[in-house]
Amino acid sequence: MRALLRRAPLAASTLVVASALAVAACSSSGSSTPSSSSSSSGSATAKTGLKVFVIPKNLGNPYFTTADSKGTGGALAAISAAGDTGTETSGTAATSASQIPAIQAAITKGANALIVSATDPTALCPTLNGATKRKITVVTYDSDAPTCRSLFINQASTSAIGTSEVDLLAKEIGDSGEIGIVSAAASATNQNAWIGYMKQELTKYPKMKLVATVYGNDDPATATQVTQGLLEQYPNIKGIISPTTVGILAAAGVLDTAKYRGKVQLTGLGTPDSMKKYVSDGTVKAFELWNPANLGYLAGYAAADIAGGSLKVAQGATFKAGKLGTFTIGADNTVLLGPPTVFTATNINNFNF
Amino acid sequence: MTATLAPPREPGSPASASSRRLAERVFRVREFGIVAVLIVFVAITAAIQPRFLSITNIQFVLVDATIFALLALGETIVVISRNVDLSVGSVLGISAFLTAQLASQAHGLPLPLVFLAGLGIGLGFGAINGLLVSLGRVPSLVVTLATLYIIRGLDVLIVGGSQVVPSSYYPSFLTISKATVGGIPDLAIVVAVVIAAGAYCLRSFRSGRELYAIGSNPDAARLAGIPMGRRIFTAFALSGAIAGVAGVLWASRYGTVDSTAGASYELQVIAAVVVGGVAIFGGSGSVVGAAIGALLLQTINSALYVLGVSPDWDQAIAGFLLLVAIVLDRFISLRLTVSLRRRSARRGQ
Amino acid sequence: MDSDLNAMAGNAAMTPEHIAGEEPGPSPGASGGWGRLRPAMRWESGLVVVVIVIAIMGSALSPEFLTANNFFNLGLNTGEIAIMALPMALIIICGEIDLSVESTLGMSSALLGVLWADHWPMLAIFAVVAVVGVLAGAVNGLLVTRVGLPSLAVTIGTLALYRGIALILLGPRTVANFPAFYTNAGTTAIPHTDLPWSIGIFIVLAVIFAIVLHTTPFGRSIYAMGDNAEAATFAGLRVKRVKTSLFVISGLASALAGVLYTFRLNTAVQDNGTGLSLDVVAIVLLAGVSIFGGKGSIGGVFLAVLAFAGLQNALLLTNFNQEATGLVTGGLLLISVFVPNAAMFVRYLRQAARRATRRPPSEPALSLPRKDT
Repeated sequence: MRALLRRAPLAASTLVVASALAVAACSSSGSSTPSSSSSSSGSATAKTGLKVFVIPKNLGNPYFTTADSKGTGGALAAISAAGDTGTETSGTAATSASQIPAIQAAITKGANALIVSATDPTALCPTLNGATKRKITVVTYDSDAPTCRSLFINQASTSAIGTSEVDLLAKEIGDSGEIGIVSAAASATNQNAWIGYMKQELTKYPKMKLVATVYGNDDPATATQVTQGLLEQYPNIKGIISPTTVGILAAAGVLDTAKYRGKVQLTGLGTPDSMKKYVSDGTVKAFELWNPANLGYLAGYAAADIAGGSLKVAQGATFKAGKLGTFTIGADNTVLLGPPTVFTATNINNFNF
Repeated sequence: MTATLAPPREPGSPASASSRRLAERVFRVREFGIVAVLIVFVAITAAIQPRFLSITNIQFVLVDATIFALLALGETIVVISRNVDLSVGSVLGISAFLTAQLASQAHGLPLPLVFLAGLGIGLGFGAINGLLVSLGRVPSLVVTLATLYIIRGLDVLIVGGSQVVPSSYYPSFLTISKATVGGIPDLAIVVAVVIAAGAYCLRSFRSGRELYAIGSNPDAARLAGIPMGRRIFTAFALSGAIAGVAGVLWASRYGTVDSTAGASYELQVIAAVVVGGVAIFGGSGSVVGAAIGALLLQTINSALYVLGVSPDWDQAIAGFLLLVAIVLDRFISLRLTVSLRRRSARRGQ
Repeated sequence: MDSDLNAMAGNAAMTPEHIAGEEPGPSPGASGGWGRLRPAMRWESGLVVVVIVIAIMGSALSPEFLTANNFFNLGLNTGEIAIMALPMALIIICGEIDLSVESTLGMSSALLGVLWADHWPMLAIFAVVAVVGVLAGAVNGLLVTRVGLPSLAVTIGTLALYRGIALILLGPRTVANFPAFYTNAGTTAIPHTDLPWSIGIFIVLAVIFAIVLHTTPFGRSIYAMGDNAEAATFAGLRVKRVKTSLFVISGLASALAGVLYTFRLNTAVQDNGTGLSLDVVAIVLLAGVSIFGGKGSIGGVFLAVLAFAGLQNALLLTNFNQEATGLVTGGLLLISVFVPNAAMFVRYLRQAARRATRRPPSEPALSLPRKDT
């Protein structure tokens, strides 16, 4: 048709561009294979100079920045101590759709190992399985994707976190009363696992009742509002557990008034730096966490060792993680960092993260 | 021979005065309408759950609403002139972080200076928007969409992975949002005063009325000699400045500021503005209505939490309300047009 | 009221051509609508250059940029947005806008998840999702055409409403056990090619849309409506019917995108798709589709998809701070609207300078009749 012919120049140039790209694609390497140089330093059979990518749930998240940075002694520090090159990358939205392109880009860039904190237990699997097929080591930390990784670095035993949170709160409210949970995203693997154990532990305290779990989505404004709603809906509530650093901060902000301080107890997972104010003015008596930098550091070493060949993943296998010492792989191919640290007014000033 | 055409309607002539009165009556009806909805809603919720009207809850709702009410004020000024400002959320975010940094590192700085800093930051970005829209002749939808991306990108680059935490502020910064006077949060009082002032300026000052003219009929406004560029620039600059101040309030309210502060606030603000009776294509609406719109949406939000209804219903309700509001506005304005035309037809002959 | 249809894009109608009497560009009558292709082709040639520059820059920054594997990933991550950009382009050309696409995507994803979890057969689910997509678009279309509401406001409302429905349907749960047959289609290539299924679908749809838009009377009427809706109505075009059908197509396309998205991630969760509406609008504007309506082409959309995806991917492959991609997208958007306006702006400045020297600046260009005449 004449009309189509008039558009010929445009159609032609578009086709030219498209085919040029296609030709370029086909002529260059079909798929990139992980690159590695094998210089021998460190352990006898281990390879070094590998490319390790650290992919947290999202960038711009202070928790992960501490866990990953070289300066804080996190994952990147461990990776470079092991003789490899580390890069941190991810999306900004803490969703799987945002994290996947970063994982793909890492694979394309020739990653030898990936250290991932999973935004979703299953959505990443097609991509992670693709990586495993390319002989890339996949290690998860902080939040697991159980069916598509070789190893999971858990900050503390899931059950220990759940049970200790409840025990901490129980002590503060005298073993009885209504309690609520202010969580993060409703789909977060780690949150739901801990909450599961919390509910189990609660059966030991028949006079304590969990009245609601609300979701703050790791957003300070939402977390504040859901906490307010919780307090209004259940005016007799005695305690709140918030197993997320953003949530506990928001809840503390709400409780930091004469009306609630001392009457509603708060505990959860928080960083000592951010909670100092609330501990010193009595809003929060005790809370816990692990050192995120140590978590990252351990993950860094584990990934470097597996990819480098010096660690074969199997239950019972041991490996040395630099300054943190020796660790053993436990059930489900999981490594535990250690018990959580409890922060109170007496020790909070000793910590700097 | 003089023509038998009817003389052009002058500003002081009885015909236009009565149609203006009619228009004012409609505006007032619209504002009453939304206040009525608010009252009915609060009444129903309080009947089901009396704790909704507890002092602490009212305080919560008022404080949460102040930030959106402020943003609604700025957005209304822009929307009245037939523009839209999508970048308010990003401006709030960057202002929140920078002023929070200021408040945490310069402990000797008096509070008003921190607010001024926020205002300045917002003013700067608003001015850029204003310049691009007025000088560059580019539709504001596109410009502010672009600056939404750009400012958020800047914010993220500046913040990196850090955050500002409450422990680092000096105490008076954090209590701004908690201070009350006779049970009413200070913030709510101040914002109410600001909104009243804004409403007065828009109605009584010529530059304010000119904004309405620009929104009603830009071609006619230009022909009438209204300095369009200057007015629109000012509208955007104001919107930005207000978003900057809202950022300071955000930081003081929520304490922790990272790079996600204010994300996707712009659509909520536009929803509040539209629900509050401001026509999306400009020319009509009031700042007070928009502020009440913001209050209504926040109240619904809070009511859902207090009633124990899954907050998942929140979005759907807000969206539904917005649609109802604009359909209603359409009917009212159609009615108004018909009656004005009938009136002018009667006068003309 | 009706004359405001052209201002629906939310702009201050700062069209200098209507005031300063400049050449308004190709009019709907000229050469049956093909006159408008000339400026469109100038834009697309610019886009071709941009795409080539991005390709060169990408391959310079990273040797893995021009690999089939990388293109595959690129396509995978952009497929759904690309599919939604096609009807969006038509909607913007005809003078409207649809911001609710991301929520229709989310709603269909939630529906897919909920029905699958309830053990409905997959084909029945597809049928339901398609119907819901059509209804979602119809609601938008009817509110805009029959009730006469501005599409910006309506689609902001439905953006919230449909997302709300997705939230209510799914709640906090995640449905993630879709059959491998479908999830593989979401993550593997079409056999014998390196293209993901979503891109394959996009290409087929792009060809169809191009034929419809650029050769059929239906397509020509879309341009006419964008240029001047009143004139179009008087010319006998069924503006309301066409616009409603465009919104319906957009709803259906977003529903399709929702299904593809869900299978790609093997996850139906309440926030699927959040933030995508603005990306889609950005791509369409980058494609040279004028926000005022009446201008644009599918070829431009295709090139803009390439440019947008290529840019994001190139940045990912380097160590460029991922979070700052927004800076680049925003910058591109600004450039894409300033370039055409630059020429007009220069002309305006010159005219303003001339006017300033000829007449005292305080007097307006035209005065209202005074009382004594």
